[in-house]
Amino acid sequence: MWKTVLRRFLVMIPQLFILSLLIFIMAKQMPGDPFTGLITPETDPARIEELREMAGLNDPWYIQYYNWITNALQGDFGKSYVFKVPVAEIIGERALNTFWLSLLSVFLVYLIAIPLGVLAGRYQNSLLDKSIVLYSYISYAIPTFVLALVFVFAFGFSIPIFPTSGTVDVNAVPGTFGYFLSKVYHILLPAITYALLGTTAIIQYLRSEVIDAQTQDYVRTARSKGIPIKKVYTKHIFRNSLLPIAAFIGFTITGLLVGSIFIETVFGYHGMGQLFISSITSRDYSVITALVLLFGFLTLLGGLLSDIIMSIVDPRIRIE
Amino acid sequence: MEQQTELAIMPENNNSSSPPTGMQVIFREFKKDKLAIGSLIFLITLFVSIFLSSYLLVDQDEVMKVTLSSIYAEPGEQGFILGADHAGRDVLGQLLIGARNSFEIAIAITVITAIIGIAIGLITGYFGGFIDNFFMRIIDFFMTLPTLMIIIVFVTIVPKYNEWTFVLILSLFYWVGTARLIRSKALTESRRDYINASKTMGTSNIVIIFREIMPNISSLIIVELTLSFAGNIGIETGLSFLGFGLPPDTPSLGTLVAYAMNPIVLSSKWWIWVPASLLILVVMLAINYVGQALRRSADAKQRLG
Repeated sequence: MWKTVLRRFLVMIPQLFILSLLIFIMAKQMPGDPFTGLITPETDPARIEELREMAGLNDPWYIQYYNWITNALQGDFGKSYVFKVPVAEIIGERALNTFWLSLLSVFLVYLIAIPLGVLAGRYQNSLLDKSIVLYSYISYAIPTFVLALVFVFAFGFSIPIFPTSGTVDVNAVPGTFGYFLSKVYHILLPAITYALLGTTAIIQYLRSEVIDAQTQDYVRTARSKGIPIKKVYTKHIFRNSLLPIAAFIGFTITGLLVGSIFIETVFGYHGMGQLFISSITSRDYSVITALVLLFGFLTLLGGLLSDIIMSIVDPRIRIE
Repeated sequence: MEQQTELAIMPENNNSSSPPTGMQVIFREFKKDKLAIGSLIFLITLFVSIFLSSYLLVDQDEVMKVTLSSIYAEPGEQGFILGADHAGRDVLGQLLIGARNSFEIAIAITVITAIIGIAIGLITGYFGGFIDNFFMRIIDFFMTLPTLMIIIVFVTIVPKYNEWTFVLILSLFYWVGTARLIRSKALTESRRDYINASKTMGTSNIVIIFREIMPNISSLIIVELTLSFAGNIGIETGLSFLGFGLPPDTPSLGTLVAYAMNPIVLSSKWWIWVPASLLILVVMLAINYVGQALRRSADAKQRLG
């Protein structure tokens, strides 16, 4: 099994390489360079040229690419044009926020989707099933930002139980329990919004799995042995359907990255998605490049994770 | 007894002498699913009324003129049926024109991605071998890209930006989904006997692809087109919402919803963003219902009728 993992990992390397090359070429098309932010009315253009030469901006592109990659691998993505601090620092603080949001969202997705999917499959064609299916259709069709806006409106303004923006209350002191509580309070609504939208695939899949499993021989055998139907569902059907769902984690993570752009923007949550939007607006190209590279890498990682879990879970997919 | 068995084998009132044609199957499927019929009728009336009214009744320049005296007019005031936004512009007019723009762009993207995706999918699925490997590498690579982000970056870099560059940029990235789907179906179809028979008869490859394989996967194509259309509406409005869609002076559903990012608008000036959000939601739901009905009519195991 480790051979599959290793092989997938090795395949990922050229993909990353091409991705970084593409991003680098894209970045070169963007107007501006690190020194445009330093130009004031008093600067001497010749001096700026000198700085550019020293920083290697006039070198041929492959040398620049090589420098960029080697720096990036060491964690140095250059300086932000707007904030004048290292890019890694800016991304670092936001990344943790996005990480917590993602963690909670994935947890909620499974918490909501698994019971709903199993219930829908078990009581097929009942009112419960029909309403769950209706819910999954609506959550599939509704665009992320519309639902997010509706929630901010409903739960932030009309019935003010959730805060409307930010990660943490301004008055909270870091390190105290109040700070932690305030953070959780701010994270809940975005996570719930995301979770409600991401459940579709799992619910549909679990539901059809349970429906199929009801006609299987092993279920009939278990019933004929006298096992109560509830136990059949929880011990047998549930476990068999659960394994492939774990492989969905990779796709959920990928979907999270894209969704985070919308959700964090609407909720004013200071994560990587919101950073991306604000850096695009302020034309902060070094941050943009680093973020796109990071997101691409995480997407690849998500796919790799899915494949690994699939191969652990399903022996048929393992190394042939 | 013998007569009974004879009757059982050869029923007299056998009207259906041939299996139902594609359209009949689709019809029957829709009849069983009231939601799908309702959605279809709703969509058709909506599209027709939006296209007619936006071209005949509403003048874009009139709507987009900033009128300071009517800022934030409520619905019903000063003749604005749906009120006015922060620049005094009629919301209903923007809604109609914006909906028309969104639909036009989504249709354009769907058509372009369909043409490219189907062509590439069919060719790679049919020929296999080196061509298949080559395109699969490309498709796999595209799947790993953070598409939305790269689109946003492209949108900011491209110099001469208008609706058509937007459509082209989106089509550039979204043809891979269609191509992948069509390719897998074309692969299985190409291994069938009737294709081998055609090849033995000497039919040219192009004729085989477009006159034999494509009609057989037409049900898949129709379902894919419908769902892709819904997806494209969502993407276009999402990008406009973020500010990276249509140019700022063109009304669009996404820009209307984007006004809700302002807390004042969100909490008290609901008429600006609620109609647009509702419209997006309802249209996407309707298209999804129709698409599901179409998908069920394509797969005999899932049919209701």
